[in-house]
Amino acid sequence: IKDKLVEYFRTQVRQDPEVPSAVAAIRTLLEFLKRDQTGETILGLRENLTQTIRRLEEADSSVAVSSGGELFLRFISLTSLEHPDLSQCKKVMVERGELFLKKISLSRSKVAKLCHTFIKDGAKILTHSSSRVVLKVLESAAADKKRFTVYVTESQPDSAGRQMADKLQNLNIPVTVVLDAAVGYIMEKVDLVIVGAEGVVESGGIINKIGTYQLAVCSKAHNKPFYVVAESFKFVRLYPLNQQDVPERFKYKADTLKAVEDLAEEHPMIDYTPPSLITLLFTDLGVLTPSAVSDELIKLYL
Amino acid sequence: SSILHIAAVVVSGTSVVVYMYTWCLSSSIHISAVVVSMFSTIICGFLFLLVVKRLPEHVQVDDPAVVKRLAKKLERQQIPLRSDYGYKVSLFSHLHQYSRKAPLTQQLSIPSTVIHPSIVRLGLQYSQGIVAGSNARSVALLHAFKQVIRDYTTPPNEELSRDLVNKLKPYISFLNQCRPLSASMGNAIKYIKKEISNIPSQCKEEEAKTKLLTCIDRYIEEKIVLAAKAISKYAIEKISDGDVILVYGCSSLVNNILCEAFEKSRKFRVIVVDSRPRLEGREALRRLVQRGISCTYVLISALSYILPEVSKVFLGAHALLANGYVMSRVGTSQIALVARTFNVPVLVCCETYKFCEKVQTDSFVSNELDDPDDLMVTRKGKTQLENWQDVSSLGLLNLVYDVTPPDFVDLVITDLGMIPCTSVPVVLRVKNLDQ
Repeated sequence: IKDKLVEYFRTQVRQDPEVPSAVAAIRTLLEFLKRDQTGETILGLRENLTQTIRRLEEADSSVAVSSGGELFLRFISLTSLEHPDLSQCKKVMVERGELFLKKISLSRSKVAKLCHTFIKDGAKILTHSSSRVVLKVLESAAADKKRFTVYVTESQPDSAGRQMADKLQNLNIPVTVVLDAAVGYIMEKVDLVIVGAEGVVESGGIINKIGTYQLAVCSKAHNKPFYVVAESFKFVRLYPLNQQDVPERFKYKADTLKAVEDLAEEHPMIDYTPPSLITLLFTDLGVLTPSAVSDELIKLYL
Repeated sequence: SSILHIAAVVVSGTSVVVYMYTWCLSSSIHISAVVVSMFSTIICGFLFLLVVKRLPEHVQVDDPAVVKRLAKKLERQQIPLRSDYGYKVSLFSHLHQYSRKAPLTQQLSIPSTVIHPSIVRLGLQYSQGIVAGSNARSVALLHAFKQVIRDYTTPPNEELSRDLVNKLKPYISFLNQCRPLSASMGNAIKYIKKEISNIPSQCKEEEAKTKLLTCIDRYIEEKIVLAAKAISKYAIEKISDGDVILVYGCSSLVNNILCEAFEKSRKFRVIVVDSRPRLEGREALRRLVQRGISCTYVLISALSYILPEVSKVFLGAHALLANGYVMSRVGTSQIALVARTFNVPVLVCCETYKFCEKVQTDSFVSNELDDPDDLMVTRKGKTQLENWQDVSSLGLLNLVYDVTPPDFVDLVITDLGMIPCTSVPVVLRVKNLDQ
């Protein structure tokens, strides 16, 4: 049954490439909850859900899947599950799950609405790799009749930046692709930097595609504002102290983790940007400073 | 302050009377408007004085009025006043400076009628430095209070909930005179006072006493022992194999964490940094080496030499202030500063019962001055500073605490989890909601 769920997850992602991977994971978990017949107790149900999250993490090792899954679990078990009948409880949990899903499907547009006002007319924006949230933000800014140019870093090893550039060209936004190594060169020309995030950690820092950290350091050196756009389901209960402290299971793609023996040979796909380099975070909970992220997490989890 | 309150009531009362009189007398609206505004401001001013809660006063030894008030309060409670010793450096002249050779107990009559003997013993242990360290002092205080409660009998026509609190007040003043109270002790005392005043009046004395004793035991168990276990659990996640960990002085919590991590077979080595005159690092070194952890010992002057080898710094805290500043043993902020320059992560470990509502941005306004004679050292039979009191332009400064800003601290590990330093007010808010 676990393999069927992974298949379901993969089809979700294939059918709608716009959907965040966390949302796909949560849909899968909801399906599992609806179909599951083996759970006898609530504790057993939670165990099964946790195991399913583990299996999904093995399929797609991004931080968002793990954070989305944990938040889903937390949200549905927040109600008083005191009904003596297990199927009653399950119904309540499924209802809450649907509610959660509906809320977070709207989060991307909420973020875009908050952020596009920070883009002024004639602005030059620098972004990193391909992020669907940043795309949405730029889309709504363009729809607001603002004129701006975008520089995108190529973002090796998978050249995701080029795909971003194609999508922006389709929206008629003037875009230039720059090398990852040209970030320092281009920094004096840009006005602001906007990046997405795969995960937002407790300290207020972010985990994102490799290359984000040096982008942040450069923008700090040039005193350019560094904005991060992320939905609230990406908040994760990690607290890395430095690059080494990020757990291995997030650093590499899922297939690499399974195939390769010695991970020291592999190149990591993500890096950690500390909160001191970030100016503001745009989330569906509002515009937050990095120190406010911990307050929000305490409210969510404690 | 009570005189001020009485004066405020009298003046506001008279102003109300005069206002009514003038209003009745005045014929023209113009005059009455002026009179109304004048008197209403006076009334508001004095009512404000009545209503607004005065903040607890900082220690102000250089203000003679404050010292006189303190002397009067101690006289009322029949506790001797401890006199200051030696020349004080001008920046710190607002703090007390006592000599260890003149403990307060010498001025007490033996046996003391006012103060319980276990409190007298505790006061002596504090002032001579036999019981030192934030957790140790709090636990010793709570045990002494347990003994006080056991020996207490309610006098006739009195209620336990009110009388016991009044009995504790002179003890607290006495302990404060022996050695200024720490933030953790302050929180513990607040908790006990709250528990005592919550005892219902119909509760029998024996029952009330057992209830209080179990409350105190639970407080120690939850806030200190279990908190230490929870903090070790989180902290061990942050210790990886091959780490070189730097610790400063002797923090019971940090030593606990390192010993637990060693039990769980993490491979790391420790560098213990020490400083004069307390040389507390030697105690930490002894405890760690006994467990078999490989340690290095340096003095704080060698800090920038040793820091390139270090991968993490673990610090204990005396208190965490409401604006995110960490109050700890003097030298801690220096270590945090140099570690930040070398990009070494700094982790502070602190239980939540040490969180305090105070706000401080520097180490001057509220600190503790230890005995200046401790700074004298005898080498080869000669003590250079022996007659330091005779030199009029010489002052010896022996500070106990300093304050580290939150930008130098990367992570605070508490029993609630790992939080950044700026989230301390959120935790305080959550705690106040719980209470």
